[in-house]
Amino acid sequence: MYVAVKGGEQAIARSLELLAEARRGNPAVPELELAQIREQLRLGVARVMQEGSLYDEELAALAIRQAAGDMLEAIFLLRAYRTTLPRFGYTLPLDTTAMRVRRRVSGTFKDIPGGQVLGPTYDYTQRLLDFDASAPANVAAADAPLPPNMPRVLDLLDAEALIERFEPGDDPEPIDLTREPVTFPADRATRLQNLSRGDEGFLLGMAYSTQRGYAESHPFAGEIRMGEVDVVVCPEELGFAIEIGSITLTECQMINQFHGGNGVPPQFTRGYGLTMGEGERKAMSMALVDRALRCDELAEPNYAPAQNQEFVLSHSDSVEASGFVQHLKLPHYVDFQAELSLLRTLAAQHVSDARNPSGEQGEVGSVGPDAALSQEPDPTPTLPCEQGKEPSEALRT
Amino acid sequence: MTYNFAFLDEDTKRMLRRALLKAVAIPGYQVPFGSREMPLPYGWGTGGIQVTAALLGPDDVLKVIDQGADDTTNAVNIRRFFARVAGVTTTERTAEATLIQTRHRIPETSLREDQILVFQVPEPEPLRTLEPREAETRTLHALADYGLMHVKLYEDIAQYGHIATSYDYPVLVDGRFLTSPSPIPKFDNPKLDHSPALMLFGAGREKRLYAIPPYTKVESLAFEDHPFEIQRWEHQCELCGSGESYLDEVIVDDRGTRMFVCSDTDFCGQRRAEVQA
Ligand SMILES: [Zn+2]
Repeated sequence: MYVAVKGGEQAIARSLELLAEARRGNPAVPELELAQIREQLRLGVARVMQEGSLYDEELAALAIRQAAGDMLEAIFLLRAYRTTLPRFGYTLPLDTTAMRVRRRVSGTFKDIPGGQVLGPTYDYTQRLLDFDASAPANVAAADAPLPPNMPRVLDLLDAEALIERFEPGDDPEPIDLTREPVTFPADRATRLQNLSRGDEGFLLGMAYSTQRGYAESHPFAGEIRMGEVDVVVCPEELGFAIEIGSITLTECQMINQFHGGNGVPPQFTRGYGLTMGEGERKAMSMALVDRALRCDELAEPNYAPAQNQEFVLSHSDSVEASGFVQHLKLPHYVDFQAELSLLRTLAAQHVSDARNPSGEQGEVGSVGPDAALSQEPDPTPTLPCEQGKEPSEALRT
Repeated sequence: MTYNFAFLDEDTKRMLRRALLKAVAIPGYQVPFGSREMPLPYGWGTGGIQVTAALLGPDDVLKVIDQGADDTTNAVNIRRFFARVAGVTTTERTAEATLIQTRHRIPETSLREDQILVFQVPEPEPLRTLEPREAETRTLHALADYGLMHVKLYEDIAQYGHIATSYDYPVLVDGRFLTSPSPIPKFDNPKLDHSPALMLFGAGREKRLYAIPPYTKVESLAFEDHPFEIQRWEHQCELCGSGESYLDEVIVDDRGTRMFVCSDTDFCGQRRAEVQA
């Protein structure tokens, strides 16, 4: 006798206990402190803040620990928490020209005013596993401090009018994607906002595709800079701007070829990427995808996935993608039963058609499958094929 | 720290209620809204949860079903969520609930005017699989140009002899908007037509809300010579004997023996209680 599945509530409670045990691991090993995560897993913290759209190292560290190092789960935790936070207002635009630079490199000029500054990068580590990383780092001070304001490499081209120009304030006031849904076609500010929250892996793949022929691209890394930028707000009740702190940012400005079109002379064009914290791979990917998404504005052929804004923007978010892919593990008994029933009808009809090739199509459920099935003993006695028949009044009891 | 009643802050609830009013005013029209990130994953009912959170008051009695059942883990989890963040009374009885959140079914028990049914919707755009571009589908809705869907249904008939859509079967609401009823089996479609209860649909990931107000005409698409028909079974529920309810097929042993039972656990339970009494 079938007993209806009960006890979902208890199963969930037991599962939560198992999860807590698995997360903690061997209790003889000390639990990770948030400060350890914040200080020693800073790039993971940066990614969680970045894609979680919440700049708070402590909360990001907490999310990483709670998610047992699963970055997408940590990002989800932070996003859900973010929903509950009141919105006090918006900052003034950040001025990355005034960034206190810790890293700044250009792939387009050998030497640039202010110099190439490698900063803390994995680029030249040779990726040999360091079996004794416990020794404290020994950092020698530079001979001279970096200049307080590093000119932007692209401004040098701008002076020659070789690269497209954007004046500050040219852009319309951006919508807040966390408060309003995106509508298509989306303007560039909205697209950049979406990409900035987008999944790094997705953007990396999309960016890579533009380098392999799936979009006109030809990019150069004009400048990548990372460092601290002041955050300024101008509260209505005060009427003047105040600095509320500073955050780490990584900015990438790509330079792309452009042969001219849509009334624009041949010149270099820009792709832009910006991430919170140190996130160079993401910033570079974002800049490539941003440029690919400008194809319509620049009258370039639009054929590649990375140029299709509905495709890119609708699938970039890891929280949306991860939830929807994983919802497939939820029960779908009802839809599956509906499909099963339909498939049995189609299968019966297929048998009928095969036996009676000249016969009329259609009229399923009246004579077709019945006639076919009645010619031989039921081939699968345990499988009640009859219930899959197309509905007909005769079947209704 | 404590969360606001029903998790969402009051400003967000106001935004949701405004969008819902618009949805009720234009039956079947998909209203874009500022969907929030909820503490449950997208695809697991975030749209329905936001609608429920915007509607719940302290006196409401909430029922949550998934696949018609109150005891499936996702239904249990959403009910736990609202019991935790809103402290409302919950029930498994359809007749006792003021608000019912559902995934993939409409209860067998007839709903009343003082009840609201909230659907979780994975894909609000009925034309999506025929035309993936939202900029296009928006225009098609504006022009009430549903030829794509009619051609698709016609092609089904040409190929299979009948319409091969068994769930999420498209409907025309109030003679105007082509609408997804969410992935309910087409068996449930007739319950949408002139329902006394308000029906609200929430798609969180896709950031759309829509509504079927009470006593609104809802037609399932069909052709004159191929009228709309619902699933029927030769079986009756093996637990309660019902011959009118939607049945789940359950495999009961490793030889593949099947039995059929009501998908609506409350309906089945009530019937069995009546028989015993
Ligand atoms: Zn039953």
